[in-house]
Amino acid sequence: MIDFRQKKARPAGTTDVVVIGAGHAGLATSFCLSERSIDHVVLERGEVANSWRKERWDSLKLLTPNWQSRLPGFSYAGDDPDGFMSMPEVIDFIQDYADFSGAPVKTNTRVTSVSQNLDGYRVVTDNGEWQAKSVVIASGACNVAVTPKVAESIPANITSITPHQYRGPDQLEAGGVLVVGASATGLQLADEIRRAGHEVTIAVGEHVRMPRRYRGQDIQVWLDRTRILNECYDEIDDLTRARRLPSPQLIGSSDRKLLDLNSLSDSGVRLAGRLMGVNNGMAQFSGSLANVCALADLKMNRLLDTIDSWIKTHSVSCDAAERFDATRVNGSPTLSVDLTDGSTNTIIWATGFRPDYSWLNVPVLDRKGRIRHEGGVVDAPGMYVVGLPMLRRRKSSFIHGIEDDVRDLTAHLHDFLDTELRLAV
Amino acid sequence: MSAVLKEVDNGVNVEALLGAREALTEAPEAAQFVWRATSEWMKGTHTQSSVNRFFGLGEEQSHVREYSYDTDHPEIFASEDLGSTPVEFVLVGLAGCLTAGIASVAQNRAIQLNSVKATIEAPMDIQGILGIDSDVRNGFDGITVKYQIDADASEDDIAAIVAQSQKRSAVFDIIANPTNVTVEVNK
Repeated sequence: MIDFRQKKARPAGTTDVVVIGAGHAGLATSFCLSERSIDHVVLERGEVANSWRKERWDSLKLLTPNWQSRLPGFSYAGDDPDGFMSMPEVIDFIQDYADFSGAPVKTNTRVTSVSQNLDGYRVVTDNGEWQAKSVVIASGACNVAVTPKVAESIPANITSITPHQYRGPDQLEAGGVLVVGASATGLQLADEIRRAGHEVTIAVGEHVRMPRRYRGQDIQVWLDRTRILNECYDEIDDLTRARRLPSPQLIGSSDRKLLDLNSLSDSGVRLAGRLMGVNNGMAQFSGSLANVCALADLKMNRLLDTIDSWIKTHSVSCDAAERFDATRVNGSPTLSVDLTDGSTNTIIWATGFRPDYSWLNVPVLDRKGRIRHEGGVVDAPGMYVVGLPMLRRRKSSFIHGIEDDVRDLTAHLHDFLDTELRLAV
Repeated sequence: MSAVLKEVDNGVNVEALLGAREALTEAPEAAQFVWRATSEWMKGTHTQSSVNRFFGLGEEQSHVREYSYDTDHPEIFASEDLGSTPVEFVLVGLAGCLTAGIASVAQNRAIQLNSVKATIEAPMDIQGILGIDSDVRNGFDGITVKYQIDADASEDDIAAIVAQSQKRSAVFDIIANPTNVTVEVNK
């Protein structure tokens, strides 16, 4: 809503653009705004790369190899291009970028409200107010760990945690662990918790299976060279679904190991279907495990077919084509687990994340709480969002995917400011 | 459609289905349906059930006519076998639902189906329903559906249609996932 009351509280800093968030997306936006000499400020609730510092588990490494860590005007310069960055390395990389680009970051400045007024947007923080013609939301896609409704019915004797609260297996009490969700997060946590000696069951719904290496290369090499990840949002059939896709089952590790449901089975993790409900203390799993695995296998093979045909068309010399074993599902997977008999002590909800827009007092959210935007151009004049999955391209949520999006959107933003200026004159 | 492409016709109006999907995305309240059946005990284990009216798109709807079904038990249960057993009806529902899904998905993917046949088997230990062993559940131990599909498509494409049909099937979901059941008497 437009706020006609011109509050004269604290003196407002005035700028053309407020960028919210100093992660890779906000800093890349800042770089491109600076290239265009557009006056702006980057407001950061904590420190640069805050989510990478505070909201990731200890052993996590990037899912993309180092050669792919590139941002506008900046790229990985180390001596291990095929390695995967640990969290401290990611934090250093993003901090180095902030230093290199000289981004005007105000740290420890948490945005508590953004509202519209006659001059654009009033941005209130716990460290002063700002007035801007334009706002770029770069506050992240994973602020809140989402848990399904069934989480409310878990018996009180079970410790429930989200990936944001999980640091490593040492923090878990002895006993069985139920990991709910089989995206990159669920698989990685199930794997390391099992290796730490716990009995682990993983509840598997729809997932995206992808091999770490294919035909002698990291899968990201093929995704990059075939330009599959460059597919644009307006070319995708079912965009809503594409934006909801879970992260592919990958792990970044120095031995480039394959992590899939078969390797989890080999290490003794028990596979169950999607967690559907809890009834009298019994966790109930869907009988659809075989089908969700078949779907994921078929989709993986379609991706590999696409890569194979690209390799053939371009006469690339590499290892021969291969196909991976179908996901093994035993004849009658577990349909229920008793949560009251002491065999399970912890549930980890690897059931996805969503952005936090609780501070956004502009009516741009749909009935599911998602921000309404067309390729990052939000449904409010001069407002933009960056860094969401499949924002403009399949690669939008990757570090290397931000540059094309940010270049498109800062060009749009530049036009917007020019138009505003002409209208004012 | 280009003249060189063969017209695919599985008898499914996919445009109407996609149109409904789009319309109901905008108006989710119209997507709220209620399905109904009525039944009456005849004699012994014989029951006659019928369906006609249902609710959807914001108002009362009905089939083009009423459909009636008899359920009973086979003679080896000392019944008169005046209809299929109720558990067989569940298999009939699953077959109908999955096959309708296969036809729709194939049409949407422009794949011509030539024949689609299914055999469904569902083992059951009737010590459960007879109350002999309380560790044995009443229902099926599992259900196996075997499709024989002849279509103008690769094996993987056919497998993908069948997988997608399961993913979007109401009866598959009803069977594979828990549902709260409330039974009231003389209310």
